[in-house]
Amino acid sequence: MTDLALPQDGWIGRRMPREDTRRLVMGAGRYVDDLACRGELHAAFLRSPYPHAGFRLDLSQAKALDGVAAVFVAEDLARVCGGLICPDLAFPGMVSPQQLPLVAERAVYQGEPIALVLADSRAVAEDAVELIAVDWQELPAITRLDQSLTQDAPPVHLGLASNLGWSTQIGTDLRDAFAGAALVVETTLDFARNTGVTLEPRGLIAQWDAGALELRISHQMPHQLQLHIAELFGVAMSRVRVICGDVGGGFGLKMHIYQDELATIAAARLIGRPVRFIADRMESLMADIHAREHRIHGRMAVDAQGRIIGFDIDDLHGMGAYSVFPRSSTREAMSALAVIGAPYLHQVFHARLRCALQNKVPTGQLRAVGNPIGCAITERLVDLAASARGEDRLVFRARNLLPEAMQPWTSPSGFRLFGLSHHRCLERLQKLMDLPKLRAEISDACASGRWLGLGFASLVEFTAPNSRSYGPTGAPVAAVDAVVATLEMTGDISVRASVSEIGQGIRQSLAQVMADAMGVPAENVAVLTGDTATVPHGGGAWASRGAAIGGEAAWQAGVALRAQILEIAAALLQAQAADLDIRFGQVVDQHGSARMGLDELSRIVTLQSYLLPDGMQGQLSVSRTYRREADSALPNNGIQAVLVEIDPDTGHISALRHWVVFDCGRVLNPLLVEEQIRGGVVMGLGQALLEACSYDSGGQFISATLADYKVPMADDAPDIEVALVETPYAGSAVGAKGAGEAGACAAPAALLNAVNDALAGQGAQISALPITPLDVLRALGRVPQA
Amino acid sequence: MKPAPFRYERPATLEAVLALLDAHGAQAEILAGGQSLMPMLALRVARPDLVIDINRIAGLGDITAIPDGGVRIGARARHAEVMASPLVPALMRSALAHVAHPAIRNRGTLGGSLALADPAAEMPCCMVALGARIVTLSSRGETHHDAASFFHGLYSTARRPDEMILRIEIPPLGPQWRFAFLEEARRLGDYAIAGVALAMGAGEVRLAFCGVEPAPRCLPATEALILAGADPLPGLVELAPMDSDDAPEAYRRHLAGVLLKRALREVGHG
Amino acid sequence: MDNQTLSIACTINDRAIRATIPVRQSLVDFLREGVGLTGSHVGCAHGVCGACHVVVDGVVVRGCLILAVQADGAEISTIEHAATTSIGAALQAAFFERAALQCGFCTSGMILQAAELLAQNPEPSRDEIRAALSGNLCRCTGYHAIVDAVQMASARLSDIAP
Repeated sequence: MTDLALPQDGWIGRRMPREDTRRLVMGAGRYVDDLACRGELHAAFLRSPYPHAGFRLDLSQAKALDGVAAVFVAEDLARVCGGLICPDLAFPGMVSPQQLPLVAERAVYQGEPIALVLADSRAVAEDAVELIAVDWQELPAITRLDQSLTQDAPPVHLGLASNLGWSTQIGTDLRDAFAGAALVVETTLDFARNTGVTLEPRGLIAQWDAGALELRISHQMPHQLQLHIAELFGVAMSRVRVICGDVGGGFGLKMHIYQDELATIAAARLIGRPVRFIADRMESLMADIHAREHRIHGRMAVDAQGRIIGFDIDDLHGMGAYSVFPRSSTREAMSALAVIGAPYLHQVFHARLRCALQNKVPTGQLRAVGNPIGCAITERLVDLAASARGEDRLVFRARNLLPEAMQPWTSPSGFRLFGLSHHRCLERLQKLMDLPKLRAEISDACASGRWLGLGFASLVEFTAPNSRSYGPTGAPVAAVDAVVATLEMTGDISVRASVSEIGQGIRQSLAQVMADAMGVPAENVAVLTGDTATVPHGGGAWASRGAAIGGEAAWQAGVALRAQILEIAAALLQAQAADLDIRFGQVVDQHGSARMGLDELSRIVTLQSYLLPDGMQGQLSVSRTYRREADSALPNNGIQAVLVEIDPDTGHISALRHWVVFDCGRVLNPLLVEEQIRGGVVMGLGQALLEACSYDSGGQFISATLADYKVPMADDAPDIEVALVETPYAGSAVGAKGAGEAGACAAPAALLNAVNDALAGQGAQISALPITPLDVLRALGRVPQA
Repeated sequence: MKPAPFRYERPATLEAVLALLDAHGAQAEILAGGQSLMPMLALRVARPDLVIDINRIAGLGDITAIPDGGVRIGARARHAEVMASPLVPALMRSALAHVAHPAIRNRGTLGGSLALADPAAEMPCCMVALGARIVTLSSRGETHHDAASFFHGLYSTARRPDEMILRIEIPPLGPQWRFAFLEEARRLGDYAIAGVALAMGAGEVRLAFCGVEPAPRCLPATEALILAGADPLPGLVELAPMDSDDAPEAYRRHLAGVLLKRALREVGHG
Repeated sequence: MDNQTLSIACTINDRAIRATIPVRQSLVDFLREGVGLTGSHVGCAHGVCGACHVVVDGVVVRGCLILAVQADGAEISTIEHAATTSIGAALQAAFFERAALQCGFCTSGMILQAAELLAQNPEPSRDEIRAALSGNLCRCTGYHAIVDAVQMASARLSDIAP
């Protein structure tokens, strides 16, 4: 049902820069910390320095410090704010105790907030935190994933019989299918914890006024947060206004509900003054959600013709001390399992999943949620199979990628796959890379002693889910989006949208959709987001849904508003609505001649309504909420390739070139989609080569600065060539699927395969991310194993 | 992440600095470029009672030729100024390209880097390889230290709490000298996991590592092997590398050998 | 311990400023909290990310690694002033057109660092641009578009003043 009326030369699909960024390049952004509030206090937290410890506090010195307004602990905040329990309807049996905004008596991860100081400045608040006298009783802690479920592992929470947070099995018995296989390949991959490192740290300013809250916060989903706050503080939603201005990066990190944020809101209520809390980088690295900690074992069976029979997976996933509120930590592992084998036709699937509690900060949903894990194990197994068969890796892939003629196809793990252009993408990739020439160059370079490696990874990512995804879990996550479109008296269109702008450019993209729907230039559309007092309820920014769901809502609102306006115009011009149209902001007749400007029409309706015929009210606003009924998620697809060079003596890995071919359905703005891809690729490069939340043997977190938690910098990233293939989603008018996370889905897999390709001649294999030069030297036997 | 309270003085003369050091020595920190001190203050790792800002003292950053050869670099010379100076040996210029990033180099100083003595820092090992002299000053007068004996260990030097580094004197090294600086770091500008500074003249060689041992020093056995035209790697048994999870002893030793061989190739030796 | 303050006078974006400030306050905190110039951002406060870059006496420095009291007598300029220079304006236009920013939090520091590069090296290679910007963390773009934008600005500037 893709709308055939979508104009071929319209605004959708145009490469346009984002209007929003005109401000940002001038330094005129308005991020939370830019918004001081008269009379505000600054918050700082005492956080547990231990992964597991009981404590007793003496606050007297801290309270006595000049400039300190209050010091709060758990029982103070309990008077105004409830605790969090991760909903588990979809994960029966999940173990996750209640979390209070400030933990009482015993901290279960390093960085857990214990006490909150309010002071005239952040510096004085930090001084006071140091003056809190704490009697710590260190308790045995478990931080290592591979030891979390052993018999003698200390319990993460006192009294637990086991640290198994949740487990499940998916699929069917594989014994027969695997027994008949011509080839079974297997591998185990280890993934270090990563974290999001939004350059703008989390932060908020909370102000209560006569029982109503105004909250400015760097967050991805203002409406969901509004509901949580209403419930936790026992106030009506209409008394809670959440405003998300410019957000300095989200990546999923800013969609969770954090203890320190709730504590700040509670403290503001208790003290009756505005409170500002901006996490510093150490707090961010330690206490923002982490993600991606998995040990995953995979087996893949292949028949004699080189066709994949199926997958057998065993995933051990680190949850941290709680299942993250409210979406649950288990979600990442389930997403990883969902995409294993998804690009390829196969017959059988089985997976065992165990999610382990640990004395570490909870893991949550970070850009590409689970996909890097699922993609890496799949693509590694595919490379191993091709290698075992002695055939080209792309030949093996081409044989097994799900052909378009077989779609829609439901995978053995139960996912519906449709609209995927694998073979077109593969073909396009080979052209983009000029593969024969490149392969000749690589073999010349290798002949002269250089170690080059090429890696590939195909991907399928399930984007823009409908409410079947979170609805049954009990988590208040909206899968709908709403748009209110209004014709203003200056002839421009205001669009109030429930999607969130976090730098991805969704406001620009919706403006282009609205421009086509309404028949006005894109620059005459202003999209407002992020304020619960002005925009309608909806999902915000998660799961790459802005274009597919928010875009569809905008289209429907625009089409409806256009029809409404043409009715008014017909009445005023004494014409038939069907004979009129809107082009470039003008009402035109059948011959294309301008009959009336939208500004004039709007002014008449608002200021000279006596000119309207009897019985006509003249509505200049339309509200549309869009829910997708069919297709619980929209799969996108693509393929990536990367060329790496390894220094044989130092083990140093350099990514030289990276290529991406990607299909996210209708592209609203290719300029922005390409940059989403590139950003995701480099985040994936970080996961593959640099980023790790590290802990010492005593469980102490040792990557609490940006010198220690290493993210890719300009010199670490290669140029990235991107080509787009468009297979519009047939079930919506606009036809868009999700685009924002796919770069990060497949880049780690491609890099892992490339490094192993470069090392193939040396008999060395790498199976843990990030891949350090030391890992390479150890794999080569040039430095002894630990 | 705000510093703990401290008192701040910015004396205009060396005499005033020395008086403050006499009074507060061990409880004071000298603020030159601040590119290491400021993060340590922000993280509350450094907690001085007094911060003595030496940025107001005239002439402390001058880079001048020594009349009978060599170069004299004021302790407060910024890395970017040293890098841009035609007077300093090429070894320093190539090593400085590895020191952090442009904005840090605009502010960070040579004296500050030597005073901190981070084991992974590039400048200390360059000083050893160049046979530099580090001149400290206290109210008792100047003390001249050979770079090779100045660095005592992790963040530890011969400088006493009542002394400041005044200048660095680099002896004349004629046109026959060849230099190489190489390092392995995870990212450009990161501290080195291992780095080597090599200076090779006619019948003379000096080398020092950063990131390998707790402090840079001369390595006479290795130098002797190089001069003898022999394989220098057996000489590296004289190294006692640091050991950590992310960079174990054997890894640093391996890198030391790799980098030394490459450095020798770069100067045309072997 | 006492919270010592000092009075300073400096020029910020061509405006004379006098202020009495705590000695432990960083320059970027002073600019943001004391002067209201919020275009310089605090991304790490320990000298790694570059979001706080400002120009002090003609050179780009980390605003979190210099005390505000050290700016006494200095001439400071920030991203809010960048459009007054041809290089700054060219970079701002190129970053906008090339979509070389997403969340925009790194952009101020990135543009000031790129401006210093172009002043010293008007036609840098892609590798030189990457090296010069390697102390500025961007978590969103993957850097490719930033390198493009710096090259774009460089090309336009050399068209104007060959």
